[in-house]
Amino acid sequence: MSASVVLASECPPDDPGFCAPSVLEFFPKPLATFDLFGVHFAITRITIILWIATGLMVWFFIAATRNMRLVPDKRQYFAESGYSLIRDGVAREVIGTEGLRFAPYLASLFFFILINNIMGIIPFAQIPPTGRFAFPVVLAAITYVLFNWVGIRQQGVGPYFKNNLFPAGVPKPLYLLITPIEFFSTFVFRPFTLAVRLFANMLAGHLLLAIFAAGTVYLFTVGNFSVIFGPISFAMTVIMTFFELLVQVLQAYVFVVLTSTYIAGAMEEAH
Amino acid sequence: MSVLAELTGNIGTVAYGLAAIGPGIGVGIVFAAYIQATARQPESAALTRTYLFLGFALSEALAILGFVVPFIIT
Repeated sequence: MSASVVLASECPPDDPGFCAPSVLEFFPKPLATFDLFGVHFAITRITIILWIATGLMVWFFIAATRNMRLVPDKRQYFAESGYSLIRDGVAREVIGTEGLRFAPYLASLFFFILINNIMGIIPFAQIPPTGRFAFPVVLAAITYVLFNWVGIRQQGVGPYFKNNLFPAGVPKPLYLLITPIEFFSTFVFRPFTLAVRLFANMLAGHLLLAIFAAGTVYLFTVGNFSVIFGPISFAMTVIMTFFELLVQVLQAYVFVVLTSTYIAGAMEEAH
Repeated sequence: MSVLAELTGNIGTVAYGLAAIGPGIGVGIVFAAYIQATARQPESAALTRTYLFLGFALSEALAILGFVVPFIIT
């Protein structure tokens, strides 16, 4: 199978040179389009992968917890340890005991991101839906609203912004410097970096894999001495696939830990 | 003047390479400090983990800002 069948490319078809996969990977041909309330929607391969991945995740957790027993079977054990990883390992560790009420949200967030990240290395899917900027943006927006809402509920509007923008125990003139920094770091960069971190890691990881995979095909089919480099490119594809698995799990974890860190920061009284 | 070597592409990618140096060192320092703190005082691991992730997120923010540059400047 030639590389151009699998990968969207912008190179002219008669170009004999190597055609590297580009960001266009994330803009596949729409399978169906429709307009709703003046907004243009397109169902693409990535949308389908998102639906299947999320559906599988939801089905797994429903099926695993339908007949819960005191002595769990394999599936229930797996689901319970996954939930416990977030509930005890993140919600309780980072936020404290009152953080347990956020555990369902944090666990859903973690497994949604995880399954959609992992789609980047699952054969036949091999594109992470979280590499489309829209998904991390929505997730970061939810977190942003959540931690601000929690902070305002917990401390009241005035004290919450006062604690964030004018931290106590700082010499008065320094507020000139500190307040803008605190404002940007808390209310601008937090949601921005949260979204871009996930998006950038998934986009870069996918392009890395795609370039090594397309490079392998190209080196083996170009028909000159380049063929001796083919195995190296192939080995890198395999190694990078495992590296990507690590990155994908880590990014899902980092997103959830940062979300709970922000919630914990918003719940703290003045310090 | 004859052209000896030519490089085409987006200068923003070079900007990202430069922008990644500082945060790379910074994130390294953050994790090094966490490992050292945990090795000296294992009980403090849970206490400092929050600050680990806050510090890591804050230093990495600069690299993330740099990552956006190639997309904006084309």
